[in-house]
Amino acid sequence: MKKRLSVFFSMLLVLSMFLTACGGFNKEDKASNESTKKGDSKKSDVPQEMRVNINSEPFSLNPGLANDATSGGVLLQTFEGLTRIDKDGKPQPAMAEKITHSDDLKTYTFKLRDAKWTNGDPVTAEDFVYAWKWALDPKNESQYAYQLYYVKGAQAINEGKAGADTLGIKAVDDKTLEVQLENPTPYFLELTAFYTYFPVNHTVAAKNPKWYAEAGADYVSNGPFKMTGWSHQDKITLEKNDQYWDKDSVKLTKVEMYMINDPNTELSMFDNGELDWAGSPFGTLPTDALKQLKDDGKLNVKPIAGTYWFKFNTEKPPLNNVNIRKALSYAINRQAIVDNITQGGQIPAMAAVPPSMIKENKKGYYKDNDVEKAKEYLKKGLEELGLKDAKDLPPITVSYNTSEAHQKIAQAIQDMWKSNLGIDVKLDNAEWKVYIDKLHKGDYMVGRMGWLGDFNDPINFLELFRDKNGGNNDTKWENPEFKQLLADSAKESDASKRLDILKKAEAIFMDEMPVAPIYFYTNVWVKKDNLKDVVTSGLGDVQLKWAHFE
Amino acid sequence: MAKYITKRLLYLLFSLYLIITATFFLMRLAPGNPFTGEKQLPPEIQASLNEHYGLNKPWYVQYGDYLVKIAHWDFGPSFKYNSRTVNDLINDGFPVSLFLGVEAILIALALGTLLGIIAALKHNKWQDYGAMIIAVLGISVPSFIMATVLQYFLAIKWHIFPVARWDSFMHTILPALALASTPMAFIARLTRSSMLEVLANDYIRTAKSKGLGQTAITIKHTIRNALLPVVSYMGPLSAGIVTGSFVIEKIFGIPGLGSHFVMSISNRDYTVIMGVTVFYSIILLSAILLVDIAYGFIDPRIKLTSGKKGE
Repeated sequence: MKKRLSVFFSMLLVLSMFLTACGGFNKEDKASNESTKKGDSKKSDVPQEMRVNINSEPFSLNPGLANDATSGGVLLQTFEGLTRIDKDGKPQPAMAEKITHSDDLKTYTFKLRDAKWTNGDPVTAEDFVYAWKWALDPKNESQYAYQLYYVKGAQAINEGKAGADTLGIKAVDDKTLEVQLENPTPYFLELTAFYTYFPVNHTVAAKNPKWYAEAGADYVSNGPFKMTGWSHQDKITLEKNDQYWDKDSVKLTKVEMYMINDPNTELSMFDNGELDWAGSPFGTLPTDALKQLKDDGKLNVKPIAGTYWFKFNTEKPPLNNVNIRKALSYAINRQAIVDNITQGGQIPAMAAVPPSMIKENKKGYYKDNDVEKAKEYLKKGLEELGLKDAKDLPPITVSYNTSEAHQKIAQAIQDMWKSNLGIDVKLDNAEWKVYIDKLHKGDYMVGRMGWLGDFNDPINFLELFRDKNGGNNDTKWENPEFKQLLADSAKESDASKRLDILKKAEAIFMDEMPVAPIYFYTNVWVKKDNLKDVVTSGLGDVQLKWAHFE
Repeated sequence: MAKYITKRLLYLLFSLYLIITATFFLMRLAPGNPFTGEKQLPPEIQASLNEHYGLNKPWYVQYGDYLVKIAHWDFGPSFKYNSRTVNDLINDGFPVSLFLGVEAILIALALGTLLGIIAALKHNKWQDYGAMIIAVLGISVPSFIMATVLQYFLAIKWHIFPVARWDSFMHTILPALALASTPMAFIARLTRSSMLEVLANDYIRTAKSKGLGQTAITIKHTIRNALLPVVSYMGPLSAGIVTGSFVIEKIFGIPGLGSHFVMSISNRDYTVIMGVTVFYSIILLSAILLVDIAYGFIDPRIKLTSGKKGE
C-alpha cells in the first residue's frame, strides 16, 4: 500500500508541474486569440499589424548601450534622434525642428520641436545632454560610445581623462541644444539619426537606472512606436505611440518582433502566413532558397554599405610583397563567387569603399578576374623575391570563421589561385571568437572579414587602416601618405573637396592592396505583397514609421 | 534509507564541485573573451568592463568568488544580454523547456512502452515488425530532420499546426513530437527486449499454469519487471530533455534553456556557460538519484540500504 501511495504522489507531482507550466500559457493564449479575431473580422479595413523576425534577443534596448543591428532595428522604431533618415536616405529634422550650423561646420544649434515622451513628459534639450554624457561615462561601459567622439571632448571623457562637464554640448534652454564638434563633420546630421545619439528621458532614468531592462511604465521612448511587451528570448511587441509628434504618418498599429534564430523556420513561417517579412535587415533568409525565390520573382535585393574582403597579413612572407598581393587579388573571379555561392545579388568589389559612398566604385580600380595582369604581377613578385616558380613560394594559408558560406568562398578562391597562378593554398577554419582573436593578434596569413558602415561616409571604411596597430586593421599595413590624407579630410569643410581627398586615399590603399575586396553586401528579403513603405537605408537600417498594409 | 540518501547527496555535492571546477578552467582556456568582436573596444572601456565583471582579478580570486556566489544561487550577470542576469535566463527559460520536456517524455513513454509491449506480445508477427520499423526510424532519423518533416507536412501542407513559436498549446505539439521521437523508439526497443526476457521466465509459466489470464499476467507480472531498464533510462533522459534541446528550440523558435547551452559558448558568455552547466548538472545528478530510489519501489529485490547493490 505504502509503495502505491508514493507512486501516486510522485505522479501527482509531475502532473502539478505540468499544470503549473500550462497555466502560464493560457493568459497569452487568450490575448493572441483575441488579436487574430480582431484581424479577421473586417476584410475591407486591412489590419495594420506587422509581424517580423529579428533573429535574437537584442543586446540592450538602451540607446546608449546598444551596439548591434538587432537592438538598432528596435530602437529606430521606438526612439527618435535630432534627425531621422528619410525615405530617400537624407537626414531630415526630427526631434529638432530647425538646425543651423556655423560656417566652419563645428557648431550646430538645434531648435527642438514640441515633442513628448510616451509618458507625456516634454522632450527637452536636457534629455540629449543627459543621454550623451551617460553613454560617454566609462562607468556605464557603453561599447559604442566612440560613435560620439565627433563631439568636442567626448573621447577624453570616455577615456576617463576629463570630467563630463567638458563635453561640447549645452542645453541653452529647454528647447535649444548647442553642440560643439572636434572637427568639421559634414555627415554630422546623419550621425544624429544614429541610436547612440538618441535622447533618454532624464527624469525617468534618474529615478530608475534600470529603466531599459523591461517593457513597462518606465520604458519611456519618443519614437513612432512604444514598446508594450518584451518577453525575453521570445518576442517584442510595439504599438503605435499616440504621443508621437508625427503620429499621422504612422499607419501600423502594432508590430510583433519574434526571436527565431533559424533562417529555414523564418522562411517557412513567411510561406505559411505567420510572418509579413522574412530576411534582412530584420532577419535572415536561408542561402539555399535564394535562387528559387529570385527565379519566382519574389526576392527583393538592395545593396548596402558593406564590403566582404580578404585581409592580407602584410608582415608574413610572401604577402609582404605588394606584387604577390596584387597577383592574388587580380586572380579572383568575383562574379563567379557572387553568382554561384552567395546568390544574393551581391556586387563584385574591386574597391574598398561601397558604391553608395563613392559612386565610381561600382566599376572599381581594376578588372575582375584579370588573370593576365595577375600573372604579370606574380612574375614581378617572384623576381623581387628571387624565386623562379610559384611553387617555391612559402605556403599560403587562408583562414575563415566556421560557416558554410565562408567555406565555399574560401574553397573557390583556393581553386582560382591554384588554376590561375599555380599557387597552392591551405585552408584553415576556426570558431568565430577564436578566429577574431587570431586576426587581431596577427596570427594568420590571409583571412576573410566583412565591414559594414555605421553612417554613409567613406571614412567608415578607410579609417580602419589608419594605424598599423589600430584595433581593426589586422593587416599590419600603414602608409604615411594615406594617414596624412585622412587627417586632411578631417579638417576639410567643403564636402566635394573632402570626398576627393578620401578618393585619393582609397587609390593609395588599392594600389598597395592590403586587402582583396570580394563583394559588396546586399540585403535580401521577401515581404507580403500588400506591405508598403518599409524604408530600408543603404546602411542596412530599417524604419517602420511609414509602413502600412494596403 | 536516510543514511543512504545522505551519502548520495554528499557524493552529488562533490561531483558538482568537480564539474564547476572543470568547466571554470576549461572555459577560460578557450581563446577570445566575451568582448571579442569585429570592432575592437577602446582599452578604457575594456578595462571598465573587466572590472565590472571581475575579469581583472587573478584567476584564483575569480574562482573563489564564483564558488561563494554559486552557494548563494547567484550566477551573476550575463555578458551577452545587458541588464539580464543568468538567474533571469534560467527562470525564464527553464519552465518553457520543462513544459516541452515533460510533454515529450509523456509522449515517448506512452507510445514507446505501448509499441514495445505490442511487439513483445506479438513476437515475430507483423505487429512486431511494424513496431520495430517505427522504432528503427525513430532512432535513426535525427530530431532536426524529424522536426523539419513535421513542420513541412503538419504545418505548411496541411495547416494543422503553426510552423513555429511558443504561444499556445497547439504550438507545443510539433516540437514535443520531434523531441519525443528518438526516446520513444529507444523505449520501445528496451521494453520489447526486456518483455521478451521476462516472458521466458519460469514464474510466467507458473502464472499461466495457475490459470491466470493473458491480461493479468501482462499487467501484474510482465510489465512491472520489464520496465526496470526503462526506468533507469528515464533518469538521464529526463534530465537531458527537461533542460531543453538546442536543435529543437532553434528550429521552432522556443525561448527555452536549450539554446543557452550552445550559444553561451560561442558568445563566451562566461557566467551563462557556468550557470547553465551547474543547473544542468544539478538536475542530472538529482534525476539519477531519484531513479535509484525509484528502483527500490518498483523492485523490492533491490535494497538501497545494502550499499553495494544499491549503487
